[in-house]
Amino acid sequence: MSVLVVAEHDNSEIAPATLNTVTAAAEIGGDITVLVAGSGSAAAADAAAKIAGVSKVLHADSAEYANGLAENVAPLVVALATGYSHVLAPATSFGKNVLPRAAALLDVQQISEISGVVDADTFVRPIYAGNAMATVKSSDAVKVITVRTTAFDAAASEGGSAAVEAADAKGDSGLTSYVGAELSSSERPELTSAKIVISGGRGMQNGENFAMLEEVADKLGAAVGASRAAVDAGFVPNDYQVGQTGKVVAPDLYIAVGISGAIQHLAGMKDSKVIVAINKDEEAPIFQVADYGLVADLFEAVPALSKELDG
Amino acid sequence: MKVLVPVKRVIDYNVKVRVKADQTGVELANVKMSMNPFDEISVEEAIRLKEAGTATEVIAVSLGAQQCQETIRTALAMGADRGIHVLHDGDLEPLAVAKMLKAVVDKEQPELVILGKQAIDDDANQTGQMLAALLGWGQATFASKIEMGDGEAKVTREIDGGLETISLKLPAIVTTDLRLNEPRYASLPNIMKAKKKPIDQYSPDDLGVDPAPRLETLKVEEPAKREAGVKVADVAELVSKLRTEAKVI
Repeated sequence: MSVLVVAEHDNSEIAPATLNTVTAAAEIGGDITVLVAGSGSAAAADAAAKIAGVSKVLHADSAEYANGLAENVAPLVVALATGYSHVLAPATSFGKNVLPRAAALLDVQQISEISGVVDADTFVRPIYAGNAMATVKSSDAVKVITVRTTAFDAAASEGGSAAVEAADAKGDSGLTSYVGAELSSSERPELTSAKIVISGGRGMQNGENFAMLEEVADKLGAAVGASRAAVDAGFVPNDYQVGQTGKVVAPDLYIAVGISGAIQHLAGMKDSKVIVAINKDEEAPIFQVADYGLVADLFEAVPALSKELDG
Repeated sequence: MKVLVPVKRVIDYNVKVRVKADQTGVELANVKMSMNPFDEISVEEAIRLKEAGTATEVIAVSLGAQQCQETIRTALAMGADRGIHVLHDGDLEPLAVAKMLKAVVDKEQPELVILGKQAIDDDANQTGQMLAALLGWGQATFASKIEMGDGEAKVTREIDGGLETISLKLPAIVTTDLRLNEPRYASLPNIMKAKKKPIDQYSPDDLGVDPAPRLETLKVEEPAKREAGVKVADVAELVSKLRTEAKVI
């Protein structure tokens, strides 16, 4: 067996999601090769070579891979996939965009967002927003898989010494071009890899009130998230959204503030180790999954929490 | 410009899904079914393109059992012009669906296909990308804004770090994210009118596609249950428990 992991990176650093995907690859077994497709991406390839457990890095460095466009990356994955038993990518907006395109070109039925490896052919994945867990077996010659990153620990980013080999670029498809991006810049940890997450819901009432959560987040070294209701109401940008249709998180501590606990939100955070809910409605469904529930007005409780953390 | 909108019939998003006792799947008998919410957004976007004069015809396509015609009727009541139904009893996987949609695209020659980014039953998030691959078209997944230009479309995508804008040559594939639009409700007169709109029917055989699943579902189980914990009296008790009991801060 041999596994090809399609790395997510920004040309200089490897995204944490790639490390979780390497762990899933290790659970499948066999040699692990990491593909770094980028432009001016030598630093990312070198970082990939240091990941513990990786035996080889394939580095395709060309202008058409600068922004990870699926139309360019998928044919590269397809060209390299022969010779591997499995092709894995993180189930992030990058992996979800690229991998099904490669799977269709390989005539393979992809297995999306696995949360467990049973054996080399059999995997567990959540369906119906995590309300059911399906165990599926693939008979395709190459298994094409995206990985729910919160379900696998991160591989160590240091300790490996894989060889970096150049891979031939496949050219620009000419179908799409990158125009630009508006990325949220924050000093806080990334939502999906943070050890602590504090999220606000509709109960926050407006975007300005999220400053209260940011204050607590900074004291805890936490990331700030939001429910779909808060994003749809325009309180915070879309990349804050935790839930089935947003990001799936599983931190050590998840603090839900003014969030009722709709199924779609729970699907995105119920695998957190410890859940705290602060809500003035004691009937709110969030309390059914919370380890510690505080029935209180968040406009009193959150400032009090901030103060208590100083003590 | 023709716009093709695939729509999937799924368990209504308000229904609490129950796993069957024999672990073969989830309970579908006597459960309310509706159009996949992301597909409603696709239909809405296509209709808005028609209202703006950009699209000339909106065609709703559904694949599956006879009841999928109800889902097509919903799209027609919202404002789609006609329907195509590929009749198949039994499970369909994204790859087979993409192959059948490709055959429909080859027949109808739309310039734009708008799909939901994922269906809320299998949560696969594959069909749009696979269809784009099979057609050799560009793809803009997770769209929150679509601007149609001359022979091209500019699409803003929701990505993990924020928003990204790409430009695509037409014909192209777009998959919808939640914030693209708010789908309309069909009015009673439009529901009545939709009953008279035509729906063509094909079989997978007509389209030259083998719909047999590639994956075998060995079992479907309930997820591990989380037990509700304790209520704390105040913030001081909460912080104390997080420090000394849970040891997470």
